[in-house]
This record gives sequence, structure tokens and C-alpha cells, in this order.
Amino acid sequence: MTEREVLVRSDAGVHARPAMMFVREAMKYPCEVFLIKDNVEANGKSIMSVLGLAITSGSRLIVRARGEDEEGAVARLASLIENDFKN
Amino acid sequence: MHSRKIYVRDLRDADSKIDLQMELVAGKEGLGKEITVGDINRPGLGLAGFFDFFAYDRIQIFGLGETAFMRRLTAGQKEEVFEKFFSFDVLCCVFTHNEHPDEMFVEFANRYRVPTFVTRHRTTRFISLLTHVVEEFFSPAVVMHGTLVDVFGIGVLLMGKSGVGKSETALELIERGHRLVADDMVEVKKIDESLLMGSGSEIIRHHMEIRGLGIINARDVFGIRSIRNRKRIEMVVLLEEWNEGAEYDRLGIDEKRYTILDLDVPFITVPVRPGRNIPIIIETAALNQRLKKMGVFSARELDSRIQNWMRMEGERSND
Repeated sequence: MTEREVLVRSDAGVHARPAMMFVREAMKYPCEVFLIKDNVEANGKSIMSVLGLAITSGSRLIVRARGEDEEGAVARLASLIENDFKN
Repeated sequence: MHSRKIYVRDLRDADSKIDLQMELVAGKEGLGKEITVGDINRPGLGLAGFFDFFAYDRIQIFGLGETAFMRRLTAGQKEEVFEKFFSFDVLCCVFTHNEHPDEMFVEFANRYRVPTFVTRHRTTRFISLLTHVVEEFFSPAVVMHGTLVDVFGIGVLLMGKSGVGKSETALELIERGHRLVADDMVEVKKIDESLLMGSGSEIIRHHMEIRGLGIINARDVFGIRSIRNRKRIEMVVLLEEWNEGAEYDRLGIDEKRYTILDLDVPFITVPVRPGRNIPIIIETAALNQRLKKMGVFSARELDSRIQNWMRMEGERSND
């Protein structure tokens, strides 16, 4: 298991479009991906699950992955969040 | 397992069967305070001037006795007591019997940001209801990645890898008159150590993501009868891609169990392949589960009938 904590800086938080970008990126990896906020764990490959976390600007998240290429997934997805979803 | 933080506002907005009938009358700015202990305190002693061991971090309940006592105080005495009372970081106050606090109290509560509510309930009744609600808040919870549907009154939690068709199955079930509780992310709480209650995350409630369509709101598309907010989980169905090598249950004599928060729930695995009508299988499974709850166990009954018949045949051939 690999995980990393990230801070959401984008003013609008994670609304539909950023959530879609996250999920789309997550789907590219074979491992399981989770996004965790306040101890609530969402499936990183599901739009509804990610939206359900209600991630606002300033939220602290943990990006966690388990399985094949977990390091790659965490590095990519954490940097996506840190760079305000601008790739 | 997770623990979601509980705030004072959650008491008022509690999504529970129980209606605490709490109306906010002061201290709106303090609604975001976190509740850390689920206990209550009767502040009678404090009002009388005794503040040793004052449990300010609990929910303060003002019953008929407290309000009557406050009425007997002179303005000066009251000010002194309130000054002392609110100097503690009081969590929140509730007045029962629909007794409204006086102006001075409201003023203090606003100044010190102490949410103050009035409820219609009697004190004892309110305390018992509140205990229920708060216990539920603090009960063990976990988020499951699955879809929860009420099928013929049985709460069925559909699980399986993403892409196996959980949402599509739920969609078809809704179309057949069943109700969606939550798609993709189900918050499960263990209540009274005996039952598992599932509900959706409030913000995405009743929304579903259907590949190719995007996000839809089941409530808007299918109407109010197609949804419900919470449902006891009575069965777990794992949808799995059909695997030629795997052995699927052909008899259903042995009941399998799925463990959530240390409670066992009946569990079946349903293999999925194109052309297989999954919703109807789930409907049948739910009905069968209802029968089992009533003590009728089809597979075992058939088995004992066959065994009876064989015994009788055996006796006849011995004649």
C-alpha cells in the first residue's frame, strides 16, 4: 500500500469536472485507488464516490493505492490534486 | 471503520426516524461546534451557583424545574449566574416543554455563541429520544463501496468490481418498482449492536453514474416512489463476472455470510454474463430471503422431502 497526504488548494474544491479528471486518471492504473477525507474512504475510480466526499478548498486528503503500480498511481494522482487539476 | 465528526447542527438536522423537534432560538454561530461526548447534563446545580464538576461539554437540558428556578431569580442574580454559566465553553442548551428562555438568556447565548434550542417534548421523553439519536451518531460506521436497493422490503447491498454492472442492475430494479437508497457509496452504521443501517452520503443522495449517460438523479428521473433515504441491510449480493472455472452455488442449502462491522449478513454470489437477467435473480433472492426470515427454507425443504421419499421407497422395496 502506498499513500500520500495532499492539500486541496483549488478555490472551487473538487466539483464534477475535477472529480471526473481524477477518476479518469485513476482508471488508467490497475491498482485499487482510494481517496480519504476525514476518515471516510471513497473509491477513487467512482465519480459518485469521489463527489460524495464533498471535498472543499482547504480539505486534507489522503490518496491511497493498493496493487500493481501503486507508487505510480499515488504520485500521478497526488500531483494532479496539488496542481489544481491542471495536469 | 471511520468516525465522522458530529456537530451541534447535526442534532437539529438529524436524518433519523426520530424527530427531536428542536427549534433554534439563539446562538446560531455556535452550530458548528463539535460534540465529543454523547452525554447530557441537567444544569440545575450550576444555576444555583454550584459549578464544581460542571459538565459544560455536554448537552445541557433545561426542564421545567430549571426554567421555574430561573424565573424566581432577580435580574441581578440571573446576570451573575449566566455570566458564570457562559464563562464555561458550554456546548449547547435545550429547553423542553416548549418553554422559551428569557431575553437575557438569549442575549448571553448569542454573545457566547452557545446554540440554544426549544423542543416541544417533555424532558424525560426528550432525553430518551436524544440518547437514541446521539447513540446512533456515535455508533460504529463504515463506508462500503456498493449500491443499496430496497427490493420487496429487503435491503440488498450490491457489491462487485467497478464496471460489473451494479448501477445498471440498480437501474433495472428501480424500473421494476424497487427503491434506491444509495449508489456506489453506502454509509453503514451498526445500531444497537444488532442491525446494519445503510444510507447514502447526503450530498450525492440518489444520484447515480451510468456509463454512457453520466450522472442522473434517480429521484427526478423516476420520482419519489423510487427512492428511500435509509434501509436496513439484510442481504449482500456480490456480482461477479462469470468465470468458467468457478463453482457456483447450485443448491443454496448452506447459507453464506458476509461480515460487516462484526455482524453477519446473508450473502450470495451471482455470476454475471451477457443475457443473464440479473435483476430478476436479485428479486428472487430477496423474496427467498423473506421466506427464510419466516422460517421457510426452500432448498432444505426439498432436500428433506427427497430424503423422506427415498426412505419410503426403501421401505416399500423391502416389503
